[in-house]
This record gives sequence, structure tokens and C-alpha cells, in this order.
Amino acid sequence: MFAYIGRRAYHSVISVIGLLTLVFFLTRLTGDPSALYLPLDSSLEARQAFAKLNGLDQPIYLQFLQYLSNLLSLDFGQSLRQNRSALEVALEAFPATLQLALIAMTLSTGLAIFIGAMAAARPGSLFDRVAGVVSLAGASTPDFWIAIVGILVFSVGLGLFPTSGTGTALHWIMPIAVLMLRPFGLLVQVVRGTMISALASPYIKTAHAKGMKRRKIIFGHALRNSLLPVITVAGDLMTGLVNGAVVVETIFGWPGIGKLMIDSIIQRDFAVVQSTILVTAIAIFVVNIAIDLLYVALDPRIRY
Amino acid sequence: MTDTTVVSTKSPGNLHQLAIYLTRDKLALCAAIFLFILIVCVLFGPLLVGDMAGKLGLRQRNLAPFSLDQGFIYILGADTLGRPILARLIVGAQTTLAIAAAAVCCSMFVGGALGLIAGYSERWYSHVILRLADVIMSFPSLLLALIVLYTLGPSMTNLVIVLAITRMPVFIRTARAEVLELRERMFVSAALSMGASSRRILFRHIAPLVLPTLVTIAAIDFATVILAESSLSFLGLGIQPPNFTWGAMVANGRGYLSTAWWIAFWPGLAILLTTLSLNILASWARTVADPSQRWRLQSLRKAPR
Repeated sequence: MFAYIGRRAYHSVISVIGLLTLVFFLTRLTGDPSALYLPLDSSLEARQAFAKLNGLDQPIYLQFLQYLSNLLSLDFGQSLRQNRSALEVALEAFPATLQLALIAMTLSTGLAIFIGAMAAARPGSLFDRVAGVVSLAGASTPDFWIAIVGILVFSVGLGLFPTSGTGTALHWIMPIAVLMLRPFGLLVQVVRGTMISALASPYIKTAHAKGMKRRKIIFGHALRNSLLPVITVAGDLMTGLVNGAVVVETIFGWPGIGKLMIDSIIQRDFAVVQSTILVTAIAIFVVNIAIDLLYVALDPRIRY
Repeated sequence: MTDTTVVSTKSPGNLHQLAIYLTRDKLALCAAIFLFILIVCVLFGPLLVGDMAGKLGLRQRNLAPFSLDQGFIYILGADTLGRPILARLIVGAQTTLAIAAAAVCCSMFVGGALGLIAGYSERWYSHVILRLADVIMSFPSLLLALIVLYTLGPSMTNLVIVLAITRMPVFIRTARAEVLELRERMFVSAALSMGASSRRILFRHIAPLVLPTLVTIAAIDFATVILAESSLSFLGLGIQPPNFTWGAMVANGRGYLSTAWWIAFWPGLAILLTTLSLNILASWARTVADPSQRWRLQSLRKAPR
């Protein structure tokens, strides 16, 4: 199994290096940061000094080699905007997004499993139809719009929740609710689909025949066997959740990695953009490995 | 636009039978009607109300919706420059749907072609293609799109390219998986034995069989691309003025939430209804295509429950 994880890590490292190369050259194309960070009337010497200080006077391929060799010694460069280690800036913003994403994902997965299983228990019933429409609506809603409508209704209209920022528990409710919507909608459909086929299998008939309780059959027997595809989809959605986090963090002023990313791109803070990408990519890799391990725990047939 | 593609690819039977299935599912019927109206609006609307969408009116600034005093075109209110929202929605629909359609088509053809190559050939470039798909898949698409758009500058062409690239892995993987299975079939060996070149086998013999699957995925992907485009436009890196899409309209209205909620509300609702209709139709099409589910639409009245 360690060999398997090692192989996965090797593949991921290649992907991440490809990504970093791409981003390195792309961000360098956006223009000269000295135009943004120095006063408009600053002299040519001052610009050159700024470029030299930040290593921007070198040819771009030398900059890239320098970047890679620094990376090996865990030096991610300096943030131009905040004048400290770029990795520090990225890691500081990371927990806020991680908490948001984990809570949203856990809640939406749990809720989706419950509702999807209930819907699959009686296909075609009223509950099933309502759950179907609600989940489709959840998967189709533009998250930025529902966030704005939420602010309009609950913050401006009713005054229940604060419009943006962090601090109290109330600040968490709207961002999490908005973030949950899409994974919830997609997962309910996956759970329902796999549950319906699981409930049609012979071992369910056996369980019925020996007089087991219905609830125990659904949640104990069928659900356990249909969880595997659900976990795969949930893992894929974890990557997509970062997309949602960018939008949600921008709207609710959440000091997470998505907001940091947008701010850094706009302010040409290259080092921070690269380290946020690296941190995100590593987090996604860890999630994928965790899902693979969860597979082994849930399905004794799978061995790596 | 999309509903017809779903219909034509998912069904071996005739159109009349499909129409009957459609009337059996009320929700899918509503979705189809909505999409039909939307397509008619997109095709003919800009001819009728195109001028109104850019017409400034100081009197109508932030006009509240549901009043007919200024004429029917102001039924949904007006924005901060007094332009009627209904007219802007119709013109915005054209841009939104055009971008999404172009992106999905590019993604399908380029991704499909790459997938065909990756599935048929064992050379080094097949591995490069698959690695590429992995890199794109393993990273949040919105972040990648933001970086690329900020670098290349936001324009309609770049937006289409970026959206197409972020959706490509799905097509690459599906096409590859199909080819892996198809290339073992007898007709491929037959073509080989008659001396057909690899290119001919791939694009003349195998591609036509892969295409229906890809079209189906494209139809389902359409809603996702609309959502992705509007997110980018909302964040300000999508389409730039004077052009606008629904997402950009929501962004414009965001600053006036407490005074004029309708500016941001209607375009978002339009996005929601469009993507929801597409998804409802896709799920209906899945039911029609699945023999073990189709009875729900066939014998609804005689069903015991």
C-alpha cells in the first residue's frame, strides 16, 4: 500500500510541477510588477533597483531555474505586497478555507446520504419527487447569485446574519449554506441512483425475507454497499469546492485562500500566487489519498 | 438547442414517441417549453428589442419592476442607467448561450480528437495527453481560468478558449475509454487488413461511433459551462463592457442590492432557470434511455402507486 501511495505521490508531483511551470510563465506575462509597486514618477534607477532586488532583472528562464532550486530548499519567495515569506501568507489564509470546505462538505455529504437514501427507499413517491427537484435546483443554482439573494433576504431584509467578515458563529452560516448547495444537489442524485440499484439486489430480498426491519435494511445493508461511488464523487467535488470557495470568499469577505488568490493575481504578487497554488494542489492530493484509504476501509475486497 | 441534441442522440425511436414521453413528465415538459421560449428569444429577440437594451433613460433610472406605466418592456424594472432589464436579459441571453455553445463545441471536438488519439496510439504523445488531462482535472478550474484570463486579457475569444480547456478532460477520458474498447472490434481489424491507415481507421471508422456519447456529454456539460462562464463574468474577468452576459449583469447589480434588488435578481434567476431546465431535461433523457427506468414514463396511469 505504501508503494501505491508512493506511486500516486510521484504522479502528483509531475502534475504539480507542470502546473507550477504553467503558472510561472503565465503570471510573468501579465506585466512588470514594478509598474504597480513603485510610484509613477519613480526614476529608471529606482525601477532597476526594484527589479534587481526581487530578481526580476534576469532572463525569464534563469528566473524559473532559480525558482525551482529555491523550491527544493523550501524557499517559496517573498510576497511583494506584504514583504514576507509567500508561503507564510498562503498558509495563513489556508485554515479559513479548509474549515469552510470541510464543514460544508461533511454537512452536505451527510445530508445528501440521508435524503438520497430516503428518496431511493420509495422511488416515485412524493418525497422522492420533491428531493429530485430540490437536488437538481441545488446543482443548477449559480452560487454567487444565491449568496447575493441570501444577503438581500437574511442580512438586509431580516437582519439575521452579518453581510460579511468573520468572528461569531453567525458569520459562518451563510457562506457554508451557499457552499453546500452544489455538492448537496449532485450527491443526492448519486446516492439515489446507487441506492436504487443496491436495493434491487438479491441480498436485500434475503434480508427482507428473514424479517429484518426496513430501516436497518436501508441504512445498514444497502447504504454501506452504495457508499463507494458516493465517496468517489464527493472527492471529485472537493476539488470543485475550491471554485465555490473563491466566489463565496469574495462575496462574504472571507479571509481564505480563494480571496488571497484573486487579490494576488490582480496585484501581480507572483510568489503568493504560486504558493497558494502549491498549497491547494497539496491539499487536493491529500484528500485524494485519504479517499483511497477510505475505500480500503469500506470495501475489504480492495487492496493496493 | 440542447434539448434537441439530447433527444436525437438518446433515442433510437421516433420523435412522436419521445413527445409522448415528454408529456408524461410534467417537469420535463415545462423545462422543454422554457428552453424553447428561450431559444426563440435568443434568435429573434435582439432584432426586436436590441436597441432598447442600450437605451439610456434618466427617467427610468432604477425603475421598480411590475409596473406597466413605461410600457411592457419595463415590466422587470430598469437598471441604474434606466435601461430596461427585460431587453438586457434577452440580449444577454444571446451572448451567454453563444459563449457556452462555442466553448462546449470546441471542448468536444478538440477533447474528443485528443481522446481518440490517446486511446488508439501507444506513443509518447498519448501519455502527454493523459497527463495534461490529469493536470487540468487535479486543479480547481475557476482558479486556472482566472489566472489565464488575467494574463491573456478578458475577451470573448479567450473566455471561450479557457472554458473549453477546463472542460476538456471529460471528453478526453470518455473518448479514450470508448476507443480502447472499439479498437478491439472486428471492423477495425477488417479495415486494418484492407490496408487502411491509422488516421483513416480512427477518424472514418471509430470516430462516428464515439460521437453520440460525446454529444450526450456535451449536452449535459452545457449547464456547467453556463455556470462557469457566469462565475467568471461575475468576478469581473469574463466578458467586458459594452458586451455583457447574465453573470456580468448580476455583478453590476451587486452594488445596488439594498436600493434596487431587481438589477441583480432577474439575471441570476434567468441563469438558474436555464441550467435547471437543462438538468431536468438531461435527467429525463437518462430515464428515457434507461430500459429499466423507462416504464415510469410508459405506464404512468396504470402504475400501482
